[in-house]
Amino acid sequence: MTDMIRATGLVKRYKGVEALAGLDLTVPEGKVLGLLGPNGAGKTTAVRILATLLKADGGTAEVAGIDVAKDPDGVRARIGLSGQYAAVDEHLTGYENLEMVGRLYGMRKSQASKRARDLLDRFDLAEAGDRPSKTYSGGMRRRLDLAGALVAEPPVLILDEPTTGLDVRSRQQMWGVIRDLVSSGATLLLTTQYLEEADLLADDIVVIDHGRAIARGTADELKAQTGGERIEIILADIDRREDATRILGRVALGQVQVADNGRELTAAVEGGVPQLRSVLDDLDVEDIAVFDVGLRRPTLDDVFLSLTGRAAEDPETDTDIDADIATAEVAS
Amino acid sequence: MTTLTRHATDGWVVAKRNLIKIVRVPEILVFVLISPIMFVLLFAYVFGGAIDPGGGVNYREFLIAGIFAQTVVFGATFTGAGLAEDMQKGIIDRFRSLPMSSSAVLVGRTTSDVVYNVLSLIIMALTGLLVGWRMREGVGKALLAFLLLLLFAYAVSWIMAWVGLMVPSVDVINNASFIVIMPLTFVSNAFVPTESFPPVLQRVVEWNPVSTLTQACRELFGNTNETVPVPDAWSLQNPVVYTLICVVVILVVFVPLSIRQYRIASSR
Ligand SMILES: Nc1ncnc2c1ncn2[C@@H]1O[C@H](COP(=O)(O)OP(=O)(O)O)[C@@H](O)[C@H]1O
Ligand SMILES: [Mg+2]
Repeated sequence: MTDMIRATGLVKRYKGVEALAGLDLTVPEGKVLGLLGPNGAGKTTAVRILATLLKADGGTAEVAGIDVAKDPDGVRARIGLSGQYAAVDEHLTGYENLEMVGRLYGMRKSQASKRARDLLDRFDLAEAGDRPSKTYSGGMRRRLDLAGALVAEPPVLILDEPTTGLDVRSRQQMWGVIRDLVSSGATLLLTTQYLEEADLLADDIVVIDHGRAIARGTADELKAQTGGERIEIILADIDRREDATRILGRVALGQVQVADNGRELTAAVEGGVPQLRSVLDDLDVEDIAVFDVGLRRPTLDDVFLSLTGRAAEDPETDTDIDADIATAEVAS
Repeated sequence: MTTLTRHATDGWVVAKRNLIKIVRVPEILVFVLISPIMFVLLFAYVFGGAIDPGGGVNYREFLIAGIFAQTVVFGATFTGAGLAEDMQKGIIDRFRSLPMSSSAVLVGRTTSDVVYNVLSLIIMALTGLLVGWRMREGVGKALLAFLLLLLFAYAVSWIMAWVGLMVPSVDVINNASFIVIMPLTFVSNAFVPTESFPPVLQRVVEWNPVSTLTQACRELFGNTNETVPVPDAWSLQNPVVYTLICVVVILVVFVPLSIRQYRIASSR
C-alpha cells in the first residue's frame, strides 16, 4: 500500500511562535487520518503546508508521491481542499462557484456546468443552487465548499475542521457526506477538535499539541489509553465528597477527577451503563444526594488529561494566565 | 492547452466572477458612474472659469481631455482596492489550491476593471457633449483617443495592482494610491499649461505620460487651443507614440512585479 500523504519533520515558525515543531504524518491510500488537537495546536498550519498554501521552514512533505515544495502545481492537481473558513465567493451562486472552480481546473464549459449541477444535487444544494451563496446557512456554505474541493474528483482530500461551528443537525449531515466520500475510496486527512468526530470517521488518529504529535493510533488504541466513557456526578452536599469519591473509585479506571469547585466528580470507566447503575445504587445505599448524574463520551479534554496531565487549552487562556501572573508580580 | 491560452482562459474566468459582482452589488456601479459625471461638471464649470488663462470660448473643450485622462488614471485605485479585498477573502485559498495560472487573479481583476473604465468613459463623453464638448476630428480619431485612454488606464491598473498587494488592508489602499496618482495627474498639463510650472517641474510635466496622453487626446479630438502652445519636447510632439511606449514599459515592469508580489502575499 502506498502512502498518499507523507510529511516528515515539518517545522513552521511565526514570529515568536513555533506553530509546527517537527510533525510527522502518513496517510496510506484509501485511509482516513484524523488530526486531533485543540485550538492553536498547529492543525491548520499543517494543512496549509500540505495543500501548498504555505511554505514550511523545515521538513519535507509529499502528496501522491509529489513534493509540495518542488511541484506545487502537481500537488494542486491531485488534492481537494476544504479549509477552516469556507472558500466560496459570497456574491456568486452555489452553481457559479462550482462552475468557476471546474473551469479553473481546465474543464470545458459544458463539462464544468454538468459537474456543478451533479455536485449541488449530491450535497443537497440543488434548490439553493441559483441563489447567491451569501444567503446560505453555515452548514450549506460548508457543504458548498466541500463540493468545491471535489469538482475534479481528486484522489486526496484535505478537510480542516469541517464541522466546527455547525449546529448538531448540520454536523450530522456533514458526517454522512464525509462517510460517503470515504466509502468511495478517497484518501482523507481530516482535522478536528472533537474526539467523537475522529472516532467516527478516522481509521487512524494523530493527537497534536504545540505543533508536535503526542499520541497516535486507532480510536480504540487511544481509548485504551484514555479510558472509555465518563461518569460525571454533581454532588448536592459538598461534605459527602470523600464518600462519593470512594464509590466512584470502585468502577474508575485510574484516578477520580475532582473539579475545582469540589462538587463535580468524573471517572473514566470501562463499560458504561452497568457501572453507572451500580454507582447510583451505591450512592443510594449511603444516602448521598446528587444534583445531576450522567454518562458521557470522552472528549479531547479527557484525552489530553490522560496524555499530558493537563487540560487542552486555548492559546487565549495561556495568555490570560500569563497576564494574571504578570499582574500578580507587579502587585507583590 | 498552451500556457498562454491557459493564462487567458483562467484570467477571463476570474474576470467574469468580478463582473457578476457588478450585477449583484449595483451600488458599486452607481459610484463608478457618478464620480466621472461629477468630475466633468466640476472641472468644466468650477475650474473651467478659474484656471482659464485667457483662452477663447473653447477652453472648456480644452479641459475635457485632461478630465478623461485624470478619471481613468484615478480609476486604477479601484483595481488596487479590489485586489486588496480579494486577498482577504476566503476564495483566495480556493484559487491558490487549484492548478490554475498564478496570474489569473491579477489578469481577471485588471480585465474586469477595463469594463468600469469603458462605462465611465461613455458616461463622461455623454456629459461632455451636454456641456458643449465636441469631437472635431471625426469619430474614427475619437475612438483612437478612447482606445489610448483605455490602454493607459490598463497599464496604470497594474501599478495599482502591485500597490494593492503590498498594503496590509483595504483601508490603506486609498491613501497609498493617492501617493502614486496625485503627482502623476497634477504635475501634468491636464488642467494647467506646462509653462505655468516652475522650470524644474516643466521637464517632469513634459515627460509625464499623463501629459502626453492628454495631449494625444486633445489632438485626436481636435480640441487643441492656440493660446496654449505645445512645448518642444519630443514626448509632447509625438504624444501617441510616447504614450504607447510608456504603456509597454509600465506593463513590462509591473506585470511580473505584481505576479511575484501575489505569490508572496498569498502565502503569508
Ligand atoms: N499567520 C500567523 N501569524 C502568526 N502566528 C500564527 C499564524 N498562523 C497561526 N499562528 C499561530 O500558530 C499556532 C498554530 O496555529 P494553527 O495552525 O492555526 O492551529 P489550529 O489550526 O490547530 O487551531 C497558533 O499558536 C497560532 O496563533
Ligand atoms: Mg485551525
